[in-house]
Amino acid sequence: MAIKKDNSKKAKASSINLATLKRQRSLLIWGGIITIYGFIFYYLPLFGWLTAFQNYKPKDGIFHSQFIGLEKFKMLFSDESFIRVIRNTLAMGVLNLVATFVMAIVFAILLNEIKNKAGKKVTQTISYLPHFLSWIIVTGILHDMLSGTGIINEVLVNLHIISQPINFFAHEGYFWPIVAFANVWKETGWNAIIYLSAITAIDPSLYEAAAIDGAGRWGKIKYVTLPGIKSTIIILLLMNVGNVLNAGFEIQYLLGNGLIQKVSQTIDIYVLKWGISQGDYSLGTAAGIFKSAVSIILILIANQIAKRNGEERLF
Amino acid sequence: MEKVISRKKRKSVADRIFVVCNTIFMILFVAITLYPVINTLAISFNDGTDALRGGIYLWPRKFTLKNYITVLQKDSLVTGAIISVLRTVIGTVLALVANAILAFIVSRKEFIFKKQLSLFWVITMYVNGGLIPTFILYKAMGLTNSFWVYVIPGMISAFNMLVIRTYMNGIPDSLEESAQLDGAGYTTIFVKIISPLCKPVYATVALFVAVYQWNSWFDAMLYNRMSDNLTTLQYELMKLLSSVTNQGTSAEAMKNSEGNVTPTSVRAAATIVTMLPIICIYPFLQRYFVTGLTLGGVKE
Repeated sequence: MAIKKDNSKKAKASSINLATLKRQRSLLIWGGIITIYGFIFYYLPLFGWLTAFQNYKPKDGIFHSQFIGLEKFKMLFSDESFIRVIRNTLAMGVLNLVATFVMAIVFAILLNEIKNKAGKKVTQTISYLPHFLSWIIVTGILHDMLSGTGIINEVLVNLHIISQPINFFAHEGYFWPIVAFANVWKETGWNAIIYLSAITAIDPSLYEAAAIDGAGRWGKIKYVTLPGIKSTIIILLLMNVGNVLNAGFEIQYLLGNGLIQKVSQTIDIYVLKWGISQGDYSLGTAAGIFKSAVSIILILIANQIAKRNGEERLF
Repeated sequence: MEKVISRKKRKSVADRIFVVCNTIFMILFVAITLYPVINTLAISFNDGTDALRGGIYLWPRKFTLKNYITVLQKDSLVTGAIISVLRTVIGTVLALVANAILAFIVSRKEFIFKKQLSLFWVITMYVNGGLIPTFILYKAMGLTNSFWVYVIPGMISAFNMLVIRTYMNGIPDSLEESAQLDGAGYTTIFVKIISPLCKPVYATVALFVAVYQWNSWFDAMLYNRMSDNLTTLQYELMKLLSSVTNQGTSAEAMKNSEGNVTPTSVRAAATIVTMLPIICIYPFLQRYFVTGLTLGGVKE
């Protein structure tokens, strides 16, 4: 399986002396250039966090803007709509995580049970397709499918489940499930790749042993396949927990509308709205810092839980 | 004896039910995945006004090429397509070279700052400045309203670097040791020995970057909104989408339609044009992205 220890660390790095520096000259030069690049594009923006504690004005810049302490954070948490976007982001993040996670595992296990090689290959190839489509395309498709004359309404009306076509984008109750479904549609096949390769790595003799013990298909899945991919599941869960708050921008931005903005707006959209459109850079930055802080706390908690249970960890 | 046989029989019945259910599940899965794409294809070849009546599923009812002709005649879409191709090609080449060089450096076991440089990049996976500070920085650097904002900022990514590094770590040391004995420097080892062996992983990372570049739209909207000559295909598609959504009633849409072309049908054609390159390429690269994903799961 992919998750294996890096054995290369056994070899010691050279000690620092003039001869080594000279020998590694080209590594040092290129490493230096790349570090400068990384500093500018990944670390310099972190200094921009200072703007959250200032009354930042573009004309004054980061060095001359007035320092106001935690005022912007106080503004943020007294804003009812910010509390709402936190709720939306968390709810959709967790809903998406659970839905895509469960579906990917189920799909991988069931696909593995398909014995027809060609059918399996074709199904898998098709399952990757939506991952390669942009959210623009996916939301366009969703609009078509869920519109008044779209296939979903047509099927529901013809089955007499509903009498009138539903306007799915006008009711708050539908938005979160639609977002979760779109994520499942887009990523199930892609996310299943890693589980499928984990399943292939399971020792076939375990299945034979299970068969001798009288295990049927379900038994084999329950006692061999699932335990066999358990560590992969946990590692991926850990990696994704920190991303829960990141899952909330493109689709919500593209699908949301005025009627349902109470449930569709997320932290990222809030940042865009206040920071860029309204020009309150400081407030936008403060909201961004809050999001980063929560993400890091989530990763650390997930890692700690895994550690306590003696499971694989990220670090 | 009889008991054993009947148990076996029962098991095989359960087995058969499982196989049937599983096959039905897979067929449904494939149908749900493919239907929207085929439906869009059908609408894109259908007369726009006729399509507003609904009822088009897998095949066009009133065949026409007008939607595609409209797409090809729209200057903004043509500009967008050119920029999208350019950013995909240039962005992929730059990212591949940069990530490969960095991965090569941190995979040299004797490199004195190996650990520090790795850590420096791994941190970027978890901490970033966020939208507003990044926006302020790019503006200050003059990257807004410029083509370079598409290809320079995301050039090196820790994830892609780690994928290549893991692959390089798997290459036996003996190869480069013998080259070193022959007096080869690092540049020679990188270009002549390591890189040819890394072709599969380079293909993987190139695919990841190319798809990301092709599908990006937010940077075009955020940084280059004012420059019509720097628009991208996805951003233009997004504008088409919002024009369709805001149109609301079909009567209004018909009023705005020119001839037999409606915003919906033009968008369908533009969607097909946008997805076509990816649909044509990805099935042949499966081997590579499966490798890439499994390598990416490696623990730091």
